[in-house]
Amino acid sequence: MSLWSRIANVLRSDRLSREIDEEMQAHIEEAVEQGRDPAEVRRAFGPALRLREESRDARLIVWLDSLRADAIFGWRQLMKNKVASAAAILSLALGIGACTSAFRLIDALLLRPLPVAEPQQLYALVRQGVDPEGRFGTFDGWAYPDFMLMRAAAGGQADLIAVSYSERADLTYRSDEEMEKAYVQYVSGGMFSSFGLRPAAGRLLAEDDDRTPHAHPDAVLSYDYWEHRFGGDRKVIGRTFRMGNDLYEIVGVGPERFTGTEPGTMIDVFLPTMMHPGVTRPDWTWMRTLARVKPGVAFEPLRAKLDATSRAFEQDRAKGFHGMSQKDIDEFLNHPLLFEPAAGGESDMQSAYRTSLLALGVLVALVLLITCANVANLMTAQASARAREMALRVSIGAGRGRLVQLVLVESAWLALLAGAAGGLFAWWSAPVAVSMINLPANPARLFLPADWRVLGFGLALTVAVTLLFGLAPALRASAVQPVSALKGGEDPHARRRLMHALIAVQTAFCFLVLFVAGLFVATFHRLSGRPTGFSADRVLTLETVARRPQQPVYWDQVTEHLRELPGVESAALASTTLMGGWSWNNSVSVNGAPPNGVLGYFMSVSPGWLATMRIPLIDGRDFRPGDTYPGSALVNETFAKAYFKGANPVGKSFDMVFDQGRTAHFEVVGLVGDACYRDVHEPTLPQAYYPFTALDRKGVLQVKAMDRGMFMVRTSLANPLALAATLRREVPRAWPEFRVSNVRTQLEINQSHTVRERLLARLAFFFGIVALVLAGFGLYGVLDYSVLQRRREVAIRMALGAHAGHVARRVTADVFAMVIAGALAGLALGFASVRYIESLLYEVKPTDPQMLALPSLIILAAALVAALPPVIRTVGIDPATMLRAE
Amino acid sequence: MPKPDSLQGSLDLLVLKILSRRPRLHGYAIMTAIQQMSGDVLRAEEGSLYPALHRMEEAGWVRAQWIVKDTGRRARLYELTPAGKQQLASEESRWQAVTAAVNRVLRTA
Repeated sequence: MSLWSRIANVLRSDRLSREIDEEMQAHIEEAVEQGRDPAEVRRAFGPALRLREESRDARLIVWLDSLRADAIFGWRQLMKNKVASAAAILSLALGIGACTSAFRLIDALLLRPLPVAEPQQLYALVRQGVDPEGRFGTFDGWAYPDFMLMRAAAGGQADLIAVSYSERADLTYRSDEEMEKAYVQYVSGGMFSSFGLRPAAGRLLAEDDDRTPHAHPDAVLSYDYWEHRFGGDRKVIGRTFRMGNDLYEIVGVGPERFTGTEPGTMIDVFLPTMMHPGVTRPDWTWMRTLARVKPGVAFEPLRAKLDATSRAFEQDRAKGFHGMSQKDIDEFLNHPLLFEPAAGGESDMQSAYRTSLLALGVLVALVLLITCANVANLMTAQASARAREMALRVSIGAGRGRLVQLVLVESAWLALLAGAAGGLFAWWSAPVAVSMINLPANPARLFLPADWRVLGFGLALTVAVTLLFGLAPALRASAVQPVSALKGGEDPHARRRLMHALIAVQTAFCFLVLFVAGLFVATFHRLSGRPTGFSADRVLTLETVARRPQQPVYWDQVTEHLRELPGVESAALASTTLMGGWSWNNSVSVNGAPPNGVLGYFMSVSPGWLATMRIPLIDGRDFRPGDTYPGSALVNETFAKAYFKGANPVGKSFDMVFDQGRTAHFEVVGLVGDACYRDVHEPTLPQAYYPFTALDRKGVLQVKAMDRGMFMVRTSLANPLALAATLRREVPRAWPEFRVSNVRTQLEINQSHTVRERLLARLAFFFGIVALVLAGFGLYGVLDYSVLQRRREVAIRMALGAHAGHVARRVTADVFAMVIAGALAGLALGFASVRYIESLLYEVKPTDPQMLALPSLIILAAALVAALPPVIRTVGIDPATMLRAE
Repeated sequence: MPKPDSLQGSLDLLVLKILSRRPRLHGYAIMTAIQQMSGDVLRAEEGSLYPALHRMEEAGWVRAQWIVKDTGRRARLYELTPAGKQQLASEESRWQAVTAAVNRVLRTA
């Protein structure tokens, strides 16, 4: 209570002083009434001020009171220079906010442990090696039979958990007309108990759900989905939904914060792995393997055991490979198994954005440092204006610590205000950044809590920033020598040296930011400007599913119907979209020779598909009805180069070679232009296209029904999506077994490949501008200050007949030397750091002259613009007026 | 915090004792009470009395209240709190122990 009243007294200290005075006054009056001599009573009190101080000190906390006084004084100081303070606070707020925002994203995606028991025991099993495209890396995909062997081998040393890659699936709670999308993840039944999770309602999947393939149609909803889709209704337990041909029963709801094991995707529905169509397939890698390693288990023996198990499985499988050279098989088997820590989960978004987010984090940190340098210079300049005040404080007895406190409290004001504004900025900007990596068909959803981790980071950052920009000016101000300062003659060079060093640092960081931003922008431009080989304008893709597999003739019938609709220019059918991410590859043999190791990439298309996609036919003809698989193929130019040595392949033939040694024979009926098949970052792949109509092995027309296809429709509308609703309606009208599950524009599919590059280019460009503006203002401030300091010198020089140009050079020379030194340092930093972001660049070399010239020129131009006003001011100094005034 | 002066202990004791006999006194009355009761031997200086009162107030031994006197002026009256009563008891016994010890020394030396 006493402590509290002392804290409270700090806040009402004026009243406290008044009360003490009043009491003293009452005492004196009382004494005088009793007949004592007023002068004598006053003398008895001693110095009134001392008494008041003593009483005050008894009744409040001294350091808190001095802090309060400094805070009030610091606030007044800020208010005195409203414009400068506002600029400092805003730029700091941007820096702190951007850093906090970057931390929020990095934390949410990469650092935050999954909300499960003992997350640090979780590891992901990955294999390391060279992929079929020749890239070295780690792969986390596993086949379920392999997983079962490893799980048995791990025994009691580790729980192995299978979790599928999340899928955006179509499911319905009522009729087929009311299909909806949901994120589905197939998980081991034992996952929930191993994670120590409890159901919010009903039950969770259990190990019993892991027994028999296709026999456990149980589903667990995630809490988030339960809230959004069903409003948290408990009656949902026991309801059923249909997905594909299976009817699932909802058995329970997961715990509140658990959204699956893939940060970046929030799972809606968990299903048992046994229900996945690939659960018995040895050649289908559709899931990740997580391992919860029991405490005290030695890693290496466990790893070696699992590695041997998995290698034996793959060796067994490789016996069935035909047409693959022994070297390729050895390479295929040479993928050692590793444990990767997975306390924060394991997702594609993590691997896609890990480097990007860290790079952006560094960029915003640099911007914050530039801001700190600016504010430090501002404080130093202000401190010099206040040298006399400081000297006065020292001469009336203020200690050095007290002066450091005074200046630091002022810095803390700036940082606190900036921190608060920055917090708001981070609150707003982190979800905006996430929405920038969203695709309409595949929205990224990241759980972005604003809890003690984020708050703690923001506060720590604010304190660090305060010390960073406040400590040097504070120490300098406190080291004031009263005698020299009061005489007005402190060494001005000392201050300028600090400011100049900061200018060099600022320029170096600014150069680095601009350099990296330039690389990102160039990467984005080159990628988005890369020709795809087809025209995506006004093209709609209609992903269509059939209730039961349908004959090609019905698919053709729908294509015909679509062609006749108003607003449709042309329509065709394909097994998938170009650049849709899906791929099918196989070895190719020409004239019965063994495959040359280059993989060919394939897809099925209908007649008219070439024209709809506007892929040029270079020689030969398009498909026509009657062409079959095997039989006829269209190949692209890269295919001709890869297998026919660049000769015109029309009329020649090749064989596709399957794993088990089977082959399929094709004659090339047409040569077509190169088109981007899978990913815009890759070189063009050798591709061949097949017709849908299939023959069986004896050459008899085979009834190969399809349950899924992609109608490609080129519309005559500027906005093709305007036709989406009509097309959705018309497809089932042409044949009622069909239903359109998803409509996307081809343009959106193409753009989805450059989402990351666009994000990096946009944000880096923005922060590049911010860095440039801040560094420019910093430079201006320092030059302006040094002109102000040296105007007497300038006036004397001019009076002695120096040329204006000469004077201007003298004033700016050392600052420009600092800018150049800084730029060179920035260049060195840039070269040193570029290898960390190489994976984010596309056909951009950091050593390109233009990549170096551009930031240099921009910085030089900014420096010139910033120097102009101070230089004009210098030249405009009238020696007569100046010298008279001094 | 300034160091307590050597007389502080006894000043506190006197103030507490007086307030235990006559509740609700202002500072001047406490001062004159000390003077009268000690037969003009002891005098509390104003410069020590008020800081001591304020310290004891913060320690929770006394509490103070502003009243308006008949003359219209405000005065600050002090009275003992339960904690102050305990403090008085312990200070008193300590004082007794100290003076007894000093007396023993004076007698036997």
